[in-house]
Amino acid sequence: MVTQPYLSFELQEPNTFSVSKKKESRTIPNPTNAHTTMGWVADTLHSVNSIQLRELFNHFITLGLIVTSALVIWKALICVSGCQSPVVVVISPSMEPGFGRGDILFLHMSKDPIRAGDIVVYNIDGKDIPIVHRVIEVRERQNTEEAYILTKGDNNPSDDRVMYNPGQKWLQEHHIMGRAVGFLPYVGWVTIIMTDIPVLKYILIGALGLLVLTMKE
Amino acid sequence: MHSFGYRANALLTFSITILALMCAMASLSDNFNSPTPSAQVQVLNINWFQKQPNGNDEVSMTLNISADLQSLFTWNTKQVFVFLAAEYETPKNSLNQISLWDGIIPSKEHAKFWIHTSNKYRFIDQGSNLRGKEYNLTMHWHVMPKTGKMSADKIVMPGYRLPVEYR
Repeated sequence: MVTQPYLSFELQEPNTFSVSKKKESRTIPNPTNAHTTMGWVADTLHSVNSIQLRELFNHFITLGLIVTSALVIWKALICVSGCQSPVVVVISPSMEPGFGRGDILFLHMSKDPIRAGDIVVYNIDGKDIPIVHRVIEVRERQNTEEAYILTKGDNNPSDDRVMYNPGQKWLQEHHIMGRAVGFLPYVGWVTIIMTDIPVLKYILIGALGLLVLTMKE
Repeated sequence: MHSFGYRANALLTFSITILALMCAMASLSDNFNSPTPSAQVQVLNINWFQKQPNGNDEVSMTLNISADLQSLFTWNTKQVFVFLAAEYETPKNSLNQISLWDGIIPSKEHAKFWIHTSNKYRFIDQGSNLRGKEYNLTMHWHVMPKTGKMSADKIVMPGYRLPVEYR
């Protein structure tokens, strides 16, 4: 019932339009004929060029905007969480069945002291791969409040002393990079696959860049 | 405008947004759960209690742990990690926290349990302060979600005391 008047209106509209268009097309060619043909070609070429250049700039700005907003979000996460790397991907099965390969952990570095049971990310001096394990023992000194920490993976048979540097018995606060507070399953597989097959990374980045650059408004 | 790439992009963005929203809602729904867990621990026996050659006290004990953690489980709970820690103060350390036993509870059906065990990790002091030492046994648990925020809590059970003599 409601659609009927809308339809009749649309049927009328094209008719009036076509009539007016015919009138216009008859009148327009006259003034252009007055110009020389050379000037007309140069004019069109110039206008086409400026449009393409403008579009190209537009695309580059869009691309820049995407890259910078990603950077802004990442830096904001660093500020909020207080960690140098606020999101980490689990790559080893040492915390199974809680955290498996490809799961994502969100870290937070608060002023609260580290206690047994916390899941911490730590970095041993001289090694560049951070490890996510659970704290099983804490010794806090009486006067300095320095904490000595021992960790263990839930799925490992023994504690982490074998993984520390030779002679190192405890972790201290400066080894700790953050505490795991949030969990997201499977999403990290994207990163794992891309680090395992670096070609894929370049293909993906190239394809995305191409997509943005050739995108029509 | 309505090219294949445009539609694929729209579909992908939409499905990821919905998925993220569902994850956030699942995580937020955990807040409606107010758990009432309970735990009891008895020290049945001090198996041995001695001073190591390097001067540190070590004790081995038999524990009877019973707990009901069923109320911790919600539909967003993947597992609960539970452990029993001994906590005490010495002149050297303001806090000594040693995990004695731990376990992983995979589902609600296994969340009401009792176990008869000797300490899984060694109970060693930094020094020789354990004779007659009063300590707390604390039952900690760490809820690992299927997705979202992790949570932890504990029950402190005070008033345990180690024997006055080595044995």
